[in-house]
Amino acid sequence: MARIRPTQVADDGFWDEERPSRRKKAARYAAPVAVAGIAAATIGLVPALASTGDPNLPKISAQELISKMAASDAQQLSGSVKITTDLGIPSLPGGGSLADLGGAQGGDASAAPESKLMELISGSHTLRVATDGPDKQRVSIVENAAEYSMIHNGDEVWAYDSGSNSAYHATAPKDAKAKGDHRQDVPKDLRDATPQKIAKTVLSSVDDTTDVTVDGTSRVAGRDAYDLLIKPKQNSDSTVGSVRIAVDADNGVPLKFTLSPKSGGKAIIDVGFTTVDFGKPKAGTFNFTPPKGAKVTEEPKADRKDAPKGFGTKDFKDAQGALSGLKVIGDGWDSVARLDTPGGAAAPTAPGGDSGPGAASGLLGGFGKEVKGKFGSGTVVSTRLVNALLTDDGKVFVGAVDKDALVKAANAAK
Amino acid sequence: MSRVDEPRVAGTGARAERAANPPRPSPLWALALFRSELTTTLRRWRTLALLGVLALIPILIGVAVKIETSDGGSFGGGRGGDGQGPAFFAQITNNGIFLVFASLAATLPVFLPMVIAVIAGDTIAGEAGSGTLRYLLVAPAGRTRLLLAKFTTTMAFCLIATLVVAFSGLVTGALLFPLGDVTLISGITVSFDEALLRALGVAALVALSLVGIATVGLFISTLTSSGIAAMATTVGLVITAQILDTIPQLHAIHPYLFPHYWLSFADLLREPVYWDELVKNLGLQGLYVAVFGSAAWARFTAKDITA
Repeated sequence: MARIRPTQVADDGFWDEERPSRRKKAARYAAPVAVAGIAAATIGLVPALASTGDPNLPKISAQELISKMAASDAQQLSGSVKITTDLGIPSLPGGGSLADLGGAQGGDASAAPESKLMELISGSHTLRVATDGPDKQRVSIVENAAEYSMIHNGDEVWAYDSGSNSAYHATAPKDAKAKGDHRQDVPKDLRDATPQKIAKTVLSSVDDTTDVTVDGTSRVAGRDAYDLLIKPKQNSDSTVGSVRIAVDADNGVPLKFTLSPKSGGKAIIDVGFTTVDFGKPKAGTFNFTPPKGAKVTEEPKADRKDAPKGFGTKDFKDAQGALSGLKVIGDGWDSVARLDTPGGAAAPTAPGGDSGPGAASGLLGGFGKEVKGKFGSGTVVSTRLVNALLTDDGKVFVGAVDKDALVKAANAAK
Repeated sequence: MSRVDEPRVAGTGARAERAANPPRPSPLWALALFRSELTTTLRRWRTLALLGVLALIPILIGVAVKIETSDGGSFGGGRGGDGQGPAFFAQITNNGIFLVFASLAATLPVFLPMVIAVIAGDTIAGEAGSGTLRYLLVAPAGRTRLLLAKFTTTMAFCLIATLVVAFSGLVTGALLFPLGDVTLISGITVSFDEALLRALGVAALVALSLVGIATVGLFISTLTSSGIAAMATTVGLVITAQILDTIPQLHAIHPYLFPHYWLSFADLLREPVYWDELVKNLGLQGLYVAVFGSAAWARFTAKDITA
């Protein structure tokens, strides 16, 4: 036993040579309890302390703020965006949701962007974005031990899925010089997942059915921001409670976008920067060469137009407008889309769900609620934002309005 | 070693004083204890066998991937599906360094914590079980000091075990697959040197991810005098925590489960590095060390040693 050394040193109390008394023993357990307590207190208090400091900013009118946003031309930016959606779409066992029905494109390992977009419509995701002028953008979806990146650099558009080591490549046509044409080629929906794009879409839909006010200030991603509050007027049937946009006080860039339902509770869509930097992104951010051995899928030229549109990043207006060949009843926030389907109803909550509408409507029937009215009878399928009424004679009424408004619309259409 | 020598020099100057007030044990004393603990641990056949198994896993993965892709196909390519194998598997054939990441991702959920649990569970309970603990305490090191030496040994073992996996993965990867510039999971290409540096960082992070369970194992080890019971309980805890971590209804407690952020080491392979979860992981492991370390101290210094 080499470890037993002759006694040379005596211990002080801390190193406890002497047998501690019973009370002393019990007192020692206070140490772990105290540590746990301090930790719990820190976890509880730090967010509370951090959120108290709403910045003091000079007053600004809603009009000024909107023009500030419109004038904002931050060309360079990089940061992380957290996107949380809770549409109230029932999730299926096994972690899937209705979104998977719309997004399933056959099980091939292609890194085509469309299949990824559907993932964004439920749950919480972290995106990392970087922009340097109109020709260079990059968006990646952070996944567990993997990442899905979309890189637009000049004429090249790449998507890379590190999980399956596959890439997707598209080229912008050579003659397309205009900025607008580029935009068509960039998988639009992913680029739209930034607070700027969403805020712009919403602002364009502001009309006289809407109240727009500046509602205090906040701190987003460490920057001072004004909160722009957009609300449907009081007597609206809309399910939308409010839209809140945090606008950077400095350069007018929208930093956070929150869509809350009228019914209260968690926000339906919450997109905001968690970190943001308006400096030039690091060189090399927009370069991509597919790694050796990666499976590269070229963009199929012919059916580009048929690519289903993503839903996750669209706001309520777009959700109404996404189905082609539909009639819109009413206007502003209360508008209801009417779609006549000859056969089974198409999945109304997943526009572009060209795969298996039968399966989708079967599922929806299971979730729906029977309603009767002057129009006959039908099924109402509710999410937290969009409600849909499927009548038994094959009409579909969809809108971000409550059930009664749908029935009213159906009655009126009769 | 200059820091260690310092107290001794100071001590000679104040010899008279020392006679009156017995001095504190020098830091060297703790270091000697730690060194003796570490060599005792590493010399055990059991430990060597465990490390051998850990070294074997990357070799098995490498050979399996090599055989599967020997016909020129890519991993998982023939299977349809979405090609999402275990993390990093798809890239191994193109760059051997990914075998390091794949091996660490494969061993982190089960093998590494199991090995750590065996070592940590044995620290105090094993000595108590074989009747050597009282002899250790006869030495004037004091219980706190002994516990610290045991704790440091366990932490060192976390690092050793992780490095064994990483090194075995690197060697196997270099032998079986090509090396070269590495495409990070963000799609950005970096030089092999930088990738190697990141691999080292990943190994360090994995080792740090294990300190939580190691400290819990040490605490459990102070509760019993049966080494087997302590090991089994610790392994059981690892499994339980991971099962709880997969149940979505329990999401409220997930951020406090020690395995919750384990896979975050992959965030080091993003460009720019995504720090959020890395920091959370380190904070969580630190919390476990603080709580269970102090609990182990409270228990061990107040315990009646009967064997």
